[in-house]
Amino acid sequence: MRVVLLPSREEVELRGGCRVGDLLRELQLLPGTVLVIRDDEMLTTEDVVNDSDTVEIRRVISGGARKRNPLC
Amino acid sequence: MSATRPGHKPKCKRCRNPAVVQLHSHHTAFCRDCFLLYFQRQVQRAIDGERMFSREEPVLVAVSGGKDSLALWDVLQLLGYRTTGLHLNLGIGAYSVLSRTKTEAFARERGLPLLQVDFGAEGHAIADVVGLTRRPACSACGTAKRHHFDRIAMEHGFPVVATGHNLDDEAARLLGNVLRWDMNYLARQSPVLAPSHEKFARKVKPLFRLSEYETAVYAFLRRIDYVIEECPNAAGASQLLYKDVLQRLEAEMPGTKQNFVLEFYRRARSQLFAGNLEAPTTCSRCGLPSHRPVCRFCSLLDEVAAKRQGVRPLAQTSS
Repeated sequence: MRVVLLPSREEVELRGGCRVGDLLRELQLLPGTVLVIRDDEMLTTEDVVNDSDTVEIRRVISGGARKRNPLC
Repeated sequence: MSATRPGHKPKCKRCRNPAVVQLHSHHTAFCRDCFLLYFQRQVQRAIDGERMFSREEPVLVAVSGGKDSLALWDVLQLLGYRTTGLHLNLGIGAYSVLSRTKTEAFARERGLPLLQVDFGAEGHAIADVVGLTRRPACSACGTAKRHHFDRIAMEHGFPVVATGHNLDDEAARLLGNVLRWDMNYLARQSPVLAPSHEKFARKVKPLFRLSEYETAVYAFLRRIDYVIEECPNAAGASQLLYKDVLQRLEAEMPGTKQNFVLEFYRRARSQLFAGNLEAPTTCSRCGLPSHRPVCRFCSLLDEVAAKRQGVRPLAQTSS
């Protein structure tokens, strides 16, 4: 699964087959600080993302959404 | 969370259709249409509850090109208010070019009136001001923005200026003011700042009940093309640290930000500041209201001019 992080535009490859909530936990991101978008549709933390997906994670808290993840 | 179990798609609290947005602070979830209705109602509740403005009053909406200000302009239009946009071209390189492009496109596509001020053409592009004066960028930018909001509102006869400050902005600002116990700033932190001088417009924040996440969701669902990139000067700003701290608290204790801000407005502020704020006089230079003989903006311009001429500004030589 390709994950595109905005606004940094960094990309990471991660294994799919997990819920969005698990994906955010792996990236150390808080759910209320990002929009998770696939095929121009927003996903909830309960949606499942797959290996073939391209997922955009768009930070919404200006500069303050990051926990400790150096990727975003 | 409404109807959410591990692995189960949440349902809209209102219509029971599949939800697209979860609002943890409200323990609820909405589908697209119900979220947009919820958002509009929150804005209307803020406007009516705080008596921000009427449908007859022309509203000057400060639009940066970011999600909050464009979402604000969009929702005010949908609610039937009379709005004109005001975009300040700050002169911060490619960021400002992109901001202006997005704002102009938004206004053009909707046929909305847009006023603009170009800081570079006025001789005080933020990049130049910061380079010359070594002032913190956000401080210089804020001073210049407030000046032009007041000036344009006065020159064009707008009784009210609306900005896109959201719940996270207000919570971060409140935390910063409390950590310093800055009573002057605390006294002036309000969703409605009544004009303290006949020349000033009323300043209002119709999004103060809505989080930054909610305004981002609204902008996305309304297909608003906004600037995702951050201002390059924002990196390291203390407000961003406060937001980060508050966001972690919110994750552990949903509703914390809302209680912090709304209860300050509802209870604490009136207890702390029962008296009237000191009324400003008039700046001897530009004629706009000011609490000092020469307002902060004119002082900033003096400093820029002095640096360009290679002399120390008056304020520094006299101290």
